[in-house]
Amino acid sequence: MESLMAYVVGIMFTAAFYMMLRRSIVKLVIGLMILSNAANLLIFVVSGMTRGAPPLIPEGASGPAGIVADPLPQALILTAIVIAFGVLAFAVVLIRRAYEVVGTDDLDQMKDTDT
Amino acid sequence: MSPELILPVLIPLTAGALSLSLWRSVRYQRILAVLANILLLWSGIWLLMSTTEHGFVIMQMGNWPAPFSIVFVADVLAAIMIVLTGIIGLAIAIYSLASTPRGHEKFGYYPLMHLLLAGVAGSFLTGDIFNLFVWFEVMLLASFALLTLGGERAQMEGAIKYVTLNLFSSAIFLSAVGLLYGMVGTLNMADIAQKVSQVEDPGMITVVAMMFMVSFGIKAAAFPLFFWLPASYHTPQVAVSALFAGLLTKVGVYALFRMFTLIFTQDVDYTHNILLWAATLTMLTGVLGAAAQFEFRRILSFHIVSQIGYMMLGLALYTPLAIIGGVFYIMHHIIVKTNLFLVSGFTYRLLGSYELKNLGGVYKYRPLLAVLFLIPALSLAGIPPLSGFFAKFVIIRAALEAEAYLVTFVALLVGLLTLYSMIKIWAEVFWKKIPDHVHNTEELKGKLNEKHAWAYYVPMVSLAICTLIIGLYGQPIYELAEMSAKQLMNPQLYIDAVLGGNQP
Repeated sequence: MESLMAYVVGIMFTAAFYMMLRRSIVKLVIGLMILSNAANLLIFVVSGMTRGAPPLIPEGASGPAGIVADPLPQALILTAIVIAFGVLAFAVVLIRRAYEVVGTDDLDQMKDTDT
Repeated sequence: MSPELILPVLIPLTAGALSLSLWRSVRYQRILAVLANILLLWSGIWLLMSTTEHGFVIMQMGNWPAPFSIVFVADVLAAIMIVLTGIIGLAIAIYSLASTPRGHEKFGYYPLMHLLLAGVAGSFLTGDIFNLFVWFEVMLLASFALLTLGGERAQMEGAIKYVTLNLFSSAIFLSAVGLLYGMVGTLNMADIAQKVSQVEDPGMITVVAMMFMVSFGIKAAAFPLFFWLPASYHTPQVAVSALFAGLLTKVGVYALFRMFTLIFTQDVDYTHNILLWAATLTMLTGVLGAAAQFEFRRILSFHIVSQIGYMMLGLALYTPLAIIGGVFYIMHHIIVKTNLFLVSGFTYRLLGSYELKNLGGVYKYRPLLAVLFLIPALSLAGIPPLSGFFAKFVIIRAALEAEAYLVTFVALLVGLLTLYSMIKIWAEVFWKKIPDHVHNTEELKGKLNEKHAWAYYVPMVSLAICTLIIGLYGQPIYELAEMSAKQLMNPQLYIDAVLGGNQP
């Protein structure tokens, strides 16, 4: 299962880079979305996948019995998802505004500020 | 319980929330901005005093013992950075009173500024690597909004590059945190530093170290990852440029200092050698880029890149003297660079342009402004007895002691080329006659038609005085840098201070 997920993460990173290298700003933002999801999935996979063992402590015990899933990566991913959501919302507004002001969605046309 | 540790984050956050609730009254927001930054500076000085006394100041969130909770840690370096944040925040808040367009003030300029400062302060103080990511994002989101405030064409183009590269760097950072967690099973930096040597496959640690280097390298604008900086820093209005120039890249440099002295020290030959080459090329490409520019703020932006190289050089050489030099350089650079941007903003206010060909005659009509430019400019180039001379001197001496002669040569050459750039600005903006095609010169020649003209001068003069103090009265500042270097070179001190009696 983990090696399969490793391939999935790899494919997602590849897809993200491919999209980010396209010229359209919309595809750029799609690339960023896939990139943040790929990073989240990566955290999930590398911190170990445990099946069907929620980290719950039985009543009266002081610790969970047996091997349980690590809840921390899920908390990290949740935080990262929320942050990525906020940032991407900004990015979507930004590309819309940029399209209005610059009048094109082609990144190659947006090089006035380059040097 | 040490309230001074949480105040530098709490003050800007509270001020940001209060400014939001005062949305309709720009007047109160302005007063609040200045007051909050005075408080921030005060809390920074308090923190610096208690770190120089106790060495480390620690706070555990929710009072959970260290490896399980998020900790805030301040050593001397972090406290120095907080003081600098306070100085720059205050200077920018005062400068904004005069320079920020009314429209920007009405659309949340001050709340965003507070939020940015909270993010910066949080990044300096946190002792938890995922929390560092969160503070980075707080800082980035505020900086995105500040960068695009106004919505002009150049801003949009600059912002797309800035946003894309910074999000890319965040994604790498996040992946690196995930991989590191997978190997050591903890997020507390001190705990990671302790467990990193026990990892079975040290090669993987080096891989993660390189991911952190790329991620922070993008944020710090190191070679070859700096292209977003000169493409975006000259686009927003000048107080924002100055704030970014002073603080944002330095957060990346600080993170590099933290990671590569505390955690990734098991393969110094490999990682710090790459840092050394990156630093050398950063210095060189930055200064050469600046030589080709003829726009005030673009020249200064490229110089940020080249100066970042010196700081990284201090880290890369990884000797106690070099680290002292690096820390000293950060202190000097933040103040000087912000001041130069403020001067560029004032000449823009007088003549309405940043292009060197449209500027001139400032020395004749505004000699005080010319002096205010000359102090930070010569300091940047490293002319004694200003702050930059001592910063460069310590780093170059460390490079000579480490027998890195090529690097020493490049560092000296870059100093010379910096002087060339500064002289170019001086000759074009200050000495040259006003060009014939420039007509709106009444404000340059006569009285400035501005109610808050003092708000331009106060920050520029104060920062220039800071530069002079660092230069002429450098011993206490050098001692601070020495203390922080001592702590950085002995990561065990940090680990013991954070984990205390909780070590396994």
